[in-house]
Amino acid sequence: MVEHAATTHRPLGVAAWTGQALLFAAFAVVIGVFSRWPVYHHLGPDQAVIKVSFAHTGKPVADCRPLSAEELAKLPPNMRAPVRCPRERSPVTMEVDLGGKPLLRRTANPSGLSRDGASSMYQRVQVPAGEQHLVVRMNDDVRQAGFTHQREATVTLRPAQILVIDFDAEQGGITLR
Amino acid sequence: MPAARQRALLGWRRVEALFDAAFGSRLNPLRHLGALGFLCLWLLAVSGIYLYALLDTSAAGAYRSIHGLAQQPWYLGGWLRSLHRYAADAFVLLMALHLLREWLHGHYQGMRRFSWLTGVPLIVFAFISAIGGFWLNWDQLGQFSAIATAEWLDALPLLGAPLARNFLGASAVSDRLFSLFVFVHIGVALLMVFGLWFHVQRLTRAAVFPPRSLALASAALLCALALAAPVVSHPPADLAVVPGVLALDWILLFVHPLTYASSAGAVWWGVAAVLGLLLLLPFLPQPARAAVAVVDAANCNGCRRCFADCPYAAITMVPHPNGRRGRELALVDADLCASCGICAGACPSSTPFRSVAELVTGIDMPQLTVGTLRRRLQQALSALRSERPIVIFGCDHGVRVETLAGCDVAPLSLLCAGMLPPSFVDYALRDGAAGVLVSGCAEAGCEFRLGQRWAAQRLVGQREPRLRKLDEPERLAVAWTDAADLPSLRAALQQLRQRLHTLPRPAAPLRAPPQPGCDASRARHG
Repeated sequence: MVEHAATTHRPLGVAAWTGQALLFAAFAVVIGVFSRWPVYHHLGPDQAVIKVSFAHTGKPVADCRPLSAEELAKLPPNMRAPVRCPRERSPVTMEVDLGGKPLLRRTANPSGLSRDGASSMYQRVQVPAGEQHLVVRMNDDVRQAGFTHQREATVTLRPAQILVIDFDAEQGGITLR
Repeated sequence: MPAARQRALLGWRRVEALFDAAFGSRLNPLRHLGALGFLCLWLLAVSGIYLYALLDTSAAGAYRSIHGLAQQPWYLGGWLRSLHRYAADAFVLLMALHLLREWLHGHYQGMRRFSWLTGVPLIVFAFISAIGGFWLNWDQLGQFSAIATAEWLDALPLLGAPLARNFLGASAVSDRLFSLFVFVHIGVALLMVFGLWFHVQRLTRAAVFPPRSLALASAALLCALALAAPVVSHPPADLAVVPGVLALDWILLFVHPLTYASSAGAVWWGVAAVLGLLLLLPFLPQPARAAVAVVDAANCNGCRRCFADCPYAAITMVPHPNGRRGRELALVDADLCASCGICAGACPSSTPFRSVAELVTGIDMPQLTVGTLRRRLQQALSALRSERPIVIFGCDHGVRVETLAGCDVAPLSLLCAGMLPPSFVDYALRDGAAGVLVSGCAEAGCEFRLGQRWAAQRLVGQREPRLRKLDEPERLAVAWTDAADLPSLRAALQQLRQRLHTLPRPAAPLRAPPQPGCDASRARHG
């Protein structure tokens, strides 16, 4: 029989069992508490959120133009379309004013290697709750100075409310919901 | 950096010693962090299968189905849901502690590099799967987590359209999106399990389940917590409002508040820095690797004991070059060898009783050969000036046995306690030692995973090579202690001294004249 010293085969005493219980309990308390506490307030009590977002394909950067006879002759027969339209799309710029002050101005470039895809953006802004005058302007055509779409509205934002500013051509342009 | 790590390691060992006092070293949870993590995975799998069977994986039905779990008979659904959450919390905490412990012990270098590098991605998988689980319960917490994750991902210039647009209105959250949630939660978890297979692949007898009593106690703890503090849902998700007060699970979801408190970019840089550092750590300049085991074909009979005992699967068996049919030879993979010497302790040729001038064994460590060990033992015994000399076989990673050297004590430190061929105990007793004390790392705390276990089993005759039955077994003592626990080893030595004074003096002649008073004072005061 080998004499074991300083090993764990000796029976555990009351103090050890108590220690086990305390250490297990401490682990349980850490999990039980930090899985729900402290509570998290994502937003101040009198604040609301405006989400400005769109996924919109801007207008072509230039007008279509008819090809001359010489230009057509240089093309392979199967590619002799009489009109050439540029693939590249305009970047889309959106501006939002709230209560007469600028809240946001961003320009989203078209996606794709040829810059012929949709421009998209998502911006989340915290604002005070209450009645606000909102002006949203948008330009999706570099050939036009100023803005191609605009919408004004007076909105009443409840605390924690989310107002989404989007663009939907089928619904007439800038939407608020 | 190494100095800071060493200081932190001392602190960790103090905490481990505290746990040792309560649990004993064999059942110390801090020595089974990885295995306890596996236990949590089992709990997650069992509870998760039940929950998935009852989950309505549609945008409209998910919340209702999870809310309905509480109505199950015997509250089974609600209890399993709570267990599922708490097991996930425990898994993440255990994973963090496991990472910390392995880092403190420097277990990211050399042959452990593979396990370290394969472990790092598992952290990412664990958090992805855990966070994805909150989305399945489409309540306000799930809504907050899903949107926060989408906004965080949108900070990376990878996607054409922002992911967060999927949560602008209720109509955007479709059943297809929920299929993606299910994949994130379950698919990534399965990927993590697959990664775990790689993580433990280079370990022999990987500890994928804790000792039974510890497993039962840990599982019972989580089950009791699930009953005592049930997890409840927040109100259903409503994309028209920002969720108000959230009872956030800070263990799993801390990244969201962190992102909003700083910025998405800052958190991405932080995550990249932490992961990059973890991945870079094994490639930073390190001390030169110790020499690896070397096989001597002339003394290897292909018995496979080293193959069976190697903790890191560094040994394979190949046909013996002597050409005899059926004979094998051990082959060491230098990249996998931990230089622990456990193989030398397992080799039957390592017996010091062999009557050869230069003891050469089948597999040996160049930095401390078995022949050198025999020579040092002989020299140490001949130099002791005591009537009851004691030999201590220690471990370089346990208590430094050199500190116990004295007129009656000859300490010999090995690379690992598992390196000790058991026949050395018998040899020392026959060569003049009155007693032998074998010391090494605490149970379940072996630096080389299995060395202490194999040494203990060999000494009690449960594992080859077995210690021959001693005529007076009282002359042998073992002490498995933490590296910082010198007092326990001193106490074990003193107990052995006192016991030896009740036994006859060894028959072997003394090589040096006894030092007057050595034995009497030592027996009294240690």
